[in-house]
Amino acid sequence: MRDGQAAAVCFPRDGDEVAACVRAARRHGVPFVARGSGTGLAGGATPVDEPLVIVTTRMNRLLDVDAASRVAVVEPGVLNLDLSRAVAGLGLHYAPDPSSQQACTIGGNVATNAGGPHCLASGVTSAHVLAVEVVLADGTVAQFGGLAPDTPGYDLRGVFVGSEGTMGIATRVTVRLTPNAPVVRTMLLDFMSIEDAAATVSGIIAAGLIPAALEMMDAEITRAVEDFVGAGFPRDAAAVLLVEVDGLTGGVAAEVDMVDRVGRAHGARHVRIARDDAERELLWKGRKSAFGAIARIAPDYYLHDAVVPRTKLVDVLRTVYSVAAEQQLTMMNVFHAGDGNLHPLIVFDGREPGVWERVHDAGSRILGACIDAGGVLSGEHGVGLEKRDLMSLQFSADDLEAQGRLVDAFDPDGVANPRKVLPAGARCGEVVASRASVPDGAWI
Amino acid sequence: MTTTAVIDAATPVVRALCDTIDPIVISGADTHGDVGNPVAAARIATVSIASGVVAYDPDDMTVTVLAGTTVGEVRALLGEHGQEVTLDPRSDTATVGGTIAAGLSGVRRLRHGPIRDTVLEVRIVDGRATIIKGGGPVVKNVTGYDIPRLFVGSLGTLGAIVQVTLRCRPSAPVRAWYRVERDATGAAALAEALYRPSSVLWDGAGLHVLLEGHAEDLTAQAMAAGLGHADVGEHAPELPDAAHRGRISVPASRAVDVGHALGALDGVHWTAELGVGTIHVACDTAAALGAARAVAERHDGWLLREAGGDGIDGFGTAIPNRALAARVKAAFDPDGRFAPGRIPQ
Repeated sequence: MRDGQAAAVCFPRDGDEVAACVRAARRHGVPFVARGSGTGLAGGATPVDEPLVIVTTRMNRLLDVDAASRVAVVEPGVLNLDLSRAVAGLGLHYAPDPSSQQACTIGGNVATNAGGPHCLASGVTSAHVLAVEVVLADGTVAQFGGLAPDTPGYDLRGVFVGSEGTMGIATRVTVRLTPNAPVVRTMLLDFMSIEDAAATVSGIIAAGLIPAALEMMDAEITRAVEDFVGAGFPRDAAAVLLVEVDGLTGGVAAEVDMVDRVGRAHGARHVRIARDDAERELLWKGRKSAFGAIARIAPDYYLHDAVVPRTKLVDVLRTVYSVAAEQQLTMMNVFHAGDGNLHPLIVFDGREPGVWERVHDAGSRILGACIDAGGVLSGEHGVGLEKRDLMSLQFSADDLEAQGRLVDAFDPDGVANPRKVLPAGARCGEVVASRASVPDGAWI
Repeated sequence: MTTTAVIDAATPVVRALCDTIDPIVISGADTHGDVGNPVAAARIATVSIASGVVAYDPDDMTVTVLAGTTVGEVRALLGEHGQEVTLDPRSDTATVGGTIAAGLSGVRRLRHGPIRDTVLEVRIVDGRATIIKGGGPVVKNVTGYDIPRLFVGSLGTLGAIVQVTLRCRPSAPVRAWYRVERDATGAAALAEALYRPSSVLWDGAGLHVLLEGHAEDLTAQAMAAGLGHADVGEHAPELPDAAHRGRISVPASRAVDVGHALGALDGVHWTAELGVGTIHVACDTAAALGAARAVAERHDGWLLREAGGDGIDGFGTAIPNRALAARVKAAFDPDGRFAPGRIPQ
């Protein structure tokens, strides 16, 4: 399941070539899968059924920026952080900021409806995509959405974002740009227990504040990050909170004060406010390097992505740690605490005999616990291949069939990234002839 | 797991689907009944959905209600905890289900985003009389396909919305509407000078600006933007109202031009949401509404009929991606039982 095999790989340079690739795949009776930078964590771009892999990385032009309207038009292969850098001089940025933003593409972000720490206040990708030009599974080109605030008929743009490549390939994306806040303050709070940190998160929200970002890291991850980045994260804390507030002077001052008060009321040992941009960037580098820092600890990791209601965070964390202990696995946690999006990280050595079974078992149990707590399977990574067969934990057979019919409306023949997202049986005419299953000598 | 509340609320819809062959129209408070096209049928089965708050967790920032619950009731409940949802219909008597199905965002869209970003989960009855859940009950979710967004603005054509879970947010500590006279250039300049205003409404002569936040920031912003001598009030300005109403949608950069063009027409009253591109239009005659639509279409936009406008099509412009849209409709409602013709196919 971790590896895939492609029939062929192509690197189109523009939308016409993408359409030509899709039509070529159709002519040869082969499915297709789009791929950006391949940073996806759910296997959404893993080639299954020997498809034609259509890589968008050569389509990396920023086509237009309208500063007055705060709109940009990009090709799908533009890297997320490159877009923000390109418009920084205009006092603008592109808000969805996944940890992988140095490497991931806008097209990939659209496919997964990517989030990131700053989506707590500003929304995920779907809230920032105004329009997409899409090559559909039949090779025709469609426009979903537009520059006007509303388009007549159904929100096909909204359905396409997050459809993980199963509805077509985005060849042009129109995005909203966000003005940079005049004032930003980034704070690091450290705690002697995870419960205190989680209680602080709840306290902040209950006090009527939605920070620009609200991230939590447990002791293990904090130590790993500090060893790697040296940003001054306390190595002896049980948990740290990275909180960012932005806006205008008065509001920011009041919010910093509130975070400080709530934190101290829940046992925060230190409350540190970054003094300048350099310190702020270092703190964020620490947070965003969390997964890379793991490499210094063990050769393999399995990163999970699930969401629970914020109020259930502490209970679910206890379950997460106890599952890890039972399976004798090292577990670390970093998460978007503000919106209950957990990223339990199981750290291990894949060469250890029998470890993969324990890792998968732990993962399933963690996801089950999250669903039981009223959460969902994926907060931002997507379902892809990884969680496809767990979809029935969250959705009934009727729900899955309805989703299957929706995808079928876009892709009646099931050739756009087949076998992803929905489990077998959810779609009509599920039997997609895989080349591997065609007898030798047969001619298609 | 489908709850008793949902099953009970869904029952009248299921009955209508099974006991009659008439097209089904869900009726709430009858506030959005004329949006789009009329249902193409001589006889209609009208069904109402029950109201009731199913769950509200201020700490989780979500509220779940049956679709027949009024927006006013939700506003009051959330207000007790200093929270709100981004549903701003013209009248608080509108139901949550109706407001979502109509998909008409309110005048604070500039800051708080459109209605579609508010809906987290929907439970619907589809054309096969099956209860379907789409989305998820938490504020962050990408599991499966975005059926909630599909239902926003679907005008009851894909199924009956029975229950919804909405994203809440804390209300700002202070809010104030500022009113000043400004021409087009002044209006645009003022909008530019503000950091994330909640609403900037312009009717050709006057500007109404909503600022929300901390008191000292409002004062500082107002001063810096030249609103120092503005009339300040708590209440939103009245949107234009007349027998024939519609909503123009154009790229935000065209809104001022559209305003000028509308101003030159007889019998057209309008208010533009600067920075958004929505222009609210109310006309004395259906013909004037048609003329307003022509203006919208000349500016890369379109006009949605909201009320009156006899003889005027609900949408005017061709619905994009018709074949695909028809397949999406058929996916949920294969026999065309729900509000046929409300959205042309």
